Amino acid sequence: MSALPRGAPAHEVPLRVEEHPFFERLDPLLTREAARLAWERQFDTGAMIVRDGDPAEWFYLIFQGKVALEIASAEKPHLTIQTVGPGEVLGWSWLVAPHFWRFDARALKPTRVLAIEGAKFRAVLAAHPEKGYQFLMRLLPIIAQRLENTQIQLLDIHGL
Amino acid sequence: MASNALPPQPIPSSHPLAPAPFVVRSQTAETPDTHTLVLSPSDGHAVPPALPGQFNMLYVFGVGEAAISLSGDPSDATAVVHTVRNAGPITAAIAQSPPGQTVGIRGPYGRGWPIDQAKGRDVVLVAGGLGLPPLRPVLYGLLAHRERYGRIEVIYGARTPKDLVYYGQIQQWRLRPDIRFQVTVDAADRSWYGDVGLVTARIPDTRFEPGNSVAFLCGPEIMMKYAARDLEARGIPQSSIWLSMERNMKCAVAVCGHCQFGPAFVCRDGPVFRYDVVRDWLATREL
Repeated sequence: MSALPRGAPAHEVPLRVEEHPFFERLDPLLTREAARLAWERQFDTGAMIVRDGDPAEWFYLIFQGKVALEIASAEKPHLTIQTVGPGEVLGWSWLVAPHFWRFDARALKPTRVLAIEGAKFRAVLAAHPEKGYQFLMRLLPIIAQRLENTQIQLLDIHGL
Repeated sequence: MASNALPPQPIPSSHPLAPAPFVVRSQTAETPDTHTLVLSPSDGHAVPPALPGQFNMLYVFGVGEAAISLSGDPSDATAVVHTVRNAGPITAAIAQSPPGQTVGIRGPYGRGWPIDQAKGRDVVLVAGGLGLPPLRPVLYGLLAHRERYGRIEVIYGARTPKDLVYYGQIQQWRLRPDIRFQVTVDAADRSWYGDVGLVTARIPDTRFEPGNSVAFLCGPEIMMKYAARDLEARGIPQSSIWLSMERNMKCAVAVCGHCQFGPAFVCRDGPVFRYDVVRDWLATREL
């Protein structure tokens, strides 16, 4: 088993995988397996959820709060390039080899998530290719949208 | 050699190209390169009535003239308000006009936002960068008659937090329970606790009744193109989406052709266009 995810255990009403929009109308087996592998965590404002370069062992579903995705350079040590919030997912590095985070993620406000064990959930996807394909087709539009957003950001449209 | 040319004649004040003198009453820095000017007619007359979305030609004598959208409260007959970004010698001279300076103004010109079509419907305003000033008069108008409209959703994006205009006023709007004002920036440092991402990334989180909504978009053309696409995907018909186009306007009276956009002149037929009218033109390169 992976080390436990960062963050404090939750003490409030438990979060449920099937109530997250990402899993809406996905195959019940995927939802059931994700729930089996999920750990609920909460983060205070400013807490780091993932760090650039760390092993990407968890798939995060955000239920409450707001998370900043940051990249670093010598000139800009903490440049926020995107924020994600309730109903969204945090990253896909857990799915793509070599499974290391490519950015920092920091809570901008008190944040509650479900952290799903990435390696075990990958094994579930591999064991059920049709359902795995369904899962990827749910994730792919999110990746495509973020890629398109990045391309537009690169145009620096407000500076034209 | 003797010339038969007539001596230069002053343009009569009634001529459509003759600017009227206005005095700068105040100048406020919104960002390091963007200023808001409040101007009043120097003869004490009332300000010509204008519709949200229309523009004036502002003339700094001896420097040049530029088209600038009206950005003040349309119900205020005592002054015109323009927010100007320093994007070149002429706009720099306008933006940096100090209080007391006389500036020539002619206008208003163009077709504004069809606010009448918003009555009884949800309204979505999407502004990018300096696209907020042309939409601010719409917001003034909507809020002045709040009961006439459904939900009011505003999405405003800028490059960084330092590039946000009307910052104090936005904070007040965000406190109002009867509108939802989302702000996002393309990038930020850790002093910013708001949203980061494109305005289009906020559209999925925007609440409106698709079949009974209108959307007004203003900002960089590529932003409007993607925002219109995403609003249409959320169910707002193309005929209920309106965009304010920007082109290099010179005469403002559809004579010179500088602002031609497809078969239209932005100064006369726009700057506000319905999305289904301009959709194909937006996809035409170098148009």
